[in-house]
Amino acid sequence: MERIPILRMGKLLLVTIQVDMHDQLAMTLQDDLTERIVKEKATGVLIDISALDIVDSFIGRMISNTAAMAKILDAKTVVVGMQPAVAITLVELGLTLDGVITALNVERGISLLGHTL
Amino acid sequence: MYGEKLRSAPAGSVVLPIKNDEDVVRLRKLVREQLISIGFGLVDQTKMITAASELARNTLKYGKGGEGHVLKLKESTKVGVELVFTDDGPGIVDIDLALTDGYTSGGGLGLGLSGAKRLSDEFNIETEIGLGTTVIIRKWKAA
Repeated sequence: MERIPILRMGKLLLVTIQVDMHDQLAMTLQDDLTERIVKEKATGVLIDISALDIVDSFIGRMISNTAAMAKILDAKTVVVGMQPAVAITLVELGLTLDGVITALNVERGISLLGHTL
Repeated sequence: MYGEKLRSAPAGSVVLPIKNDEDVVRLRKLVREQLISIGFGLVDQTKMITAASELARNTLKYGKGGEGHVLKLKESTKVGVELVFTDDGPGIVDIDLALTDGYTSGGGLGLGLSGAKRLSDEFNIETEIGLGTTVIIRKWKAA
């Protein structure tokens, strides 16, 4: 089964979404991330969406759910690299990514999660 | 008359099945190509593809599968695109409720229908209980 790779950097988990995910792939990622947070005792999750030119409510919910589960497991989630057109669309869609911190890029995202490295 | 069967696509439409997850991904790609060929800018592309993604997912999840139609539109002062999402599923019991932000009958975020309406210039929905649902959205740009 195809999956999106999750990298570990110290206590930080890093995911770069580079494909147009179908719903099943997004759900698998959500499950994989939750599992890895527990397994690695991660304290931070960084999701890089700079390659996503579409974020719809399903993906948005996957991201929010991941952040919520991470929080329960005492980890912080940062989403980085949101494309401007995506940001504009999300606002109009009415999608507020609750519980999700956003940062401009990976460096800023890591420094936001800095204390976990 | 829609609802009795899938709404038939007018001549010139590109028709795509919406029967599974991968179809939704394919549809997003197709819509992107069509929008680019009409000359829509990036923000409008993103809005319409996102709307299409929401509606296609509704067709799949609630409509039990159906079809998507993409039609290029042309009038004297403007050009545009029409996207149709049609199914012969159970239909929507209360359209106003379904169009309310946050209302979901399927554990989603409840933003798909209302969001698609906000993201497009024109929005139409026809539904009949037991017969099916058809949602039509359009976006225009100056010719």
